[in-house]
Amino acid sequence: MQRGKVTGVTDKPSEEIMEGYSVIGKSVPRTDAWDKVIGRAVYTEDIKLPNMLYGKILRSPHAHARIVSINTEKAEKLPGVKMVMTGKDILPVKYGIVPFAQDEYGLAIDKVRYVGDDVAAVAAVDEATAAEALELIEVVYEPLPAVFTVEDAMKDGAPEIHEGPKVKNNVSIQYRKEFGSIDKGFEESFHIREDVFKTHGQYHAPLEPHAAIAMYEPSGKLTLWSSTQIPFFLRHNLASTLGITEDRVRVIKPVVGGGFGVKIDMFSKDFCAAFMSMKTGRPVKMVYDREEALTCVRGRHPSIVKVRTGVAKDGRIISQYIDLTVDGGAYNSTAPLIITLSGYFAMIPYNIPNLVLDAKHVYTNKYANGAMRGHGAPQMRFAVESQMDILAADLGMDALEIRRINALEAGCDHPAKMILRSCGFKESLDLAANAIGWKEKRGKGNFRGVGLGGSGWASGVNNMSHIGGGAVVKLEKTGGVTVLTGAADIGQGAESVIAQIVAEELGVSFAKVRVIAADTDVCPLDSGTFGSGVTVRSGKAAQLAARDIKKQILTVVAKNIGGDPEHLTIKDDYIWQNGQKKMDINKAVKLVQYADIQVPMIGRGYYQLPAKEPTTLLRDNGDISGSYSFGTQAAEVEVDPKSGRVKIIKIVTADDAGRALNPDQVEGQVEGAVMTGLGHTLFEDPDFDMTNGQARSTSFTDYKLPTALDAPDQEVIHIETDDPVGPFGAKECGEGATIYTAPAIVNAITDAIGVRINDLPITPEKILRALEEKNNKGRKEA
Amino acid sequence: MATKQIIVLNVNGDDHEILVKPQQTLLEVLRETLGFTGTKQGCNEGSCGACTVLVNNKPTLACSTLAVAAVGKEIMTIEGLAGQDGTLHPIQKSFVENGAIQCGFCTPGMVMSTKSLLDRNPNPSEEEIKEGLSGNLCRCTGYAKIIKAVKAVAAG
Ligand code: FES
Ligand code: FES
Repeated sequence: MQRGKVTGVTDKPSEEIMEGYSVIGKSVPRTDAWDKVIGRAVYTEDIKLPNMLYGKILRSPHAHARIVSINTEKAEKLPGVKMVMTGKDILPVKYGIVPFAQDEYGLAIDKVRYVGDDVAAVAAVDEATAAEALELIEVVYEPLPAVFTVEDAMKDGAPEIHEGPKVKNNVSIQYRKEFGSIDKGFEESFHIREDVFKTHGQYHAPLEPHAAIAMYEPSGKLTLWSSTQIPFFLRHNLASTLGITEDRVRVIKPVVGGGFGVKIDMFSKDFCAAFMSMKTGRPVKMVYDREEALTCVRGRHPSIVKVRTGVAKDGRIISQYIDLTVDGGAYNSTAPLIITLSGYFAMIPYNIPNLVLDAKHVYTNKYANGAMRGHGAPQMRFAVESQMDILAADLGMDALEIRRINALEAGCDHPAKMILRSCGFKESLDLAANAIGWKEKRGKGNFRGVGLGGSGWASGVNNMSHIGGGAVVKLEKTGGVTVLTGAADIGQGAESVIAQIVAEELGVSFAKVRVIAADTDVCPLDSGTFGSGVTVRSGKAAQLAARDIKKQILTVVAKNIGGDPEHLTIKDDYIWQNGQKKMDINKAVKLVQYADIQVPMIGRGYYQLPAKEPTTLLRDNGDISGSYSFGTQAAEVEVDPKSGRVKIIKIVTADDAGRALNPDQVEGQVEGAVMTGLGHTLFEDPDFDMTNGQARSTSFTDYKLPTALDAPDQEVIHIETDDPVGPFGAKECGEGATIYTAPAIVNAITDAIGVRINDLPITPEKILRALEEKNNKGRKEA
Repeated sequence: MATKQIIVLNVNGDDHEILVKPQQTLLEVLRETLGFTGTKQGCNEGSCGACTVLVNNKPTLACSTLAVAAVGKEIMTIEGLAGQDGTLHPIQKSFVENGAIQCGFCTPGMVMSTKSLLDRNPNPSEEEIKEGLSGNLCRCTGYAKIIKAVKAVAAG
């Protein structure tokens, strides 16, 4: 086997070649698979620089406390220690993802807000010395009362986690979104019901712990290698907190071992490594240990979702009121986004003409929550999709039918003015239901059941500023192609898909394309990996760049062979005219180079959907993305009534991700997302000591990730919708598939045991309790 | 602090003479002293499988093994699996072809565990594959394509 080789392409007769795609839609092996499988892929932790120091962070033992004093003298005197820094040494500049919600410093200043908050940092000749030095730092704290639940945090007189006029009762961000008139809608409804759902937290837990290496050079240049998802935002946050200009900072993202949202924020390892490298003049490396990488970073927001829905007799939703409260932990991170995205994904995939969402983001004294795969939508969809089943039962309808009746369709007049250019939702309902055996298996009871969940997700969230991506495509004399992209591959395969896009658009073989990505000094600006926008945004930019260079080549070739450049094309490394092979690409490149036009040969592309300045996601109706994925998941489960254990027999995902550019990779995204959803639904649960805020799930021993033994049979059905916005019709596929796993499983469990559980996770204890209550009730009624 | 000692470790067929502290783990020595960074550190406490190497053909968590305990034994890391000429081992080839690799951080450990599984049982059932890989965590793939890759090698 040859690396990246697409077989069976160039031997085909010419007519066949001109039809269809050469590399798009093919499951070519990823460009980085080879390096990864032989152990040659270089992650941040694998990098070692000459004269490098090792840094460590001292963390708060208190959930909430004032820092009275810090004495670093003893630590500084320890042989091998080169620097100790505290909040006193840094600029009091706050940072964060969303400008108006910034509330964090590189190191705590005056106050700590959760057990694990960053208090001081040390750089020493080796890790052991750095660890020893941490023990010698003397911090005097004045403990303050702390709160660990949103209910307690919002009480009058609750301790103020962040002081200031903007925050009342620890509600840091609040917003109301309104479409139509819910009052009128409820008046017109045949049936109304209200339910309350609760979701718990989740660790992202990528296998690679967070790491950073900073190197400051005497010229004034700072380079940071970081396990980040957003190199350009990180550059921005670093520059502003260090008080230097962005052009002096270079952020390089080496290979990243998974992110799922937890590598979006800047962390103290980035800031302190940079700060200490600037002060000591030596490279500084910081790697979080597993406990830090679980409990001192970010997690999924726990939530309380109250849903009141009014429906017509035939099951049509007329009105919906949703009250959402999310537990933000100690800092805002993505606060405004989580609650607005929850709102947007209450508007999809069903037609809800009248809707109000009241949402609050509340501080508590736990680690901060942030973006995690699906970002707000899993919480919202769990609630709403559970209630869809309840409503269907109330109306004596089939749970599939009520979804079909309410399903949005492409081209619809969306109440929130989202533009659905393609939408395979209805189809996904039928396909998923069929594949799980809905007709035969639904409603049979006997501790075996099937359930459905539907959802959609954005291909990148665009209704805010600076969400764009650029690309440069360079053609070498030998016909090799180099793509420069700012896209940050964190394991999802962005670089490989971009190589496929460029190969197809430019008409060269996949093996010729090399991608250089995520280096802020070398690559064009890109907003980074979040909101599942990379394929559409950065992929489209790369496609446009390839198109640009293709045009340049074909103009020269047309002059040479005669004819209109519009009638020329490049495919499978040849220039074609009217279905005839004219010359190979190398010859064309030579022609261009000998023609009197500019070299180097560079194509440029940039892609950004219309956006308003500043961020308007909070206020406006309207389209938030160029395209939306849709899908339905169906689960089949078996419940053991004795132990309360749930066995997931099968999960079907019928997924409209537009055109699957690489079907294997799309499937891989879905299968991984399902497991993350499954873990969250059944057992992953970050545990805290509620008396002092100390995290109890501090390792993979007490925080169980799903293992191979938990892997159910999975079937992925692609629904190809060829969306007009994305490159070659693609839409997102990374985040959407994690959103509806919880409702599919919970609805299946309900089908199996005949009682519903409204708070996640669905543990064996909860099932046993629910069964007992059901039996007691049955006995009383009998 | 206990004194350092000189030991010889045989890694991927080559002897390496190195100076170690008695408490140093095999993982630290492989990664930091010898530069075999293909072996990953996901937890450093024996619960993720990312550091799996073969010691005398047995799957071993390098983070939970002392370097001194590996003296006189044959250690194989991911770097030692492919042929001298760069040809991938059939397991590696299958992982690449079957889309079993996403972020790749679990991959070296997963491949080494697969090797040991197939050495013991060349024709494992799906349950046996799941069992055999249950000590190796993967957060990206949902295991589906990894299981498929292992089945494909077993089928030849
Ligand atoms: S690093 Fe050894 S088991 Fe996780
Ligand atoms: S591929 Fe990322 S952890 Fe397995």
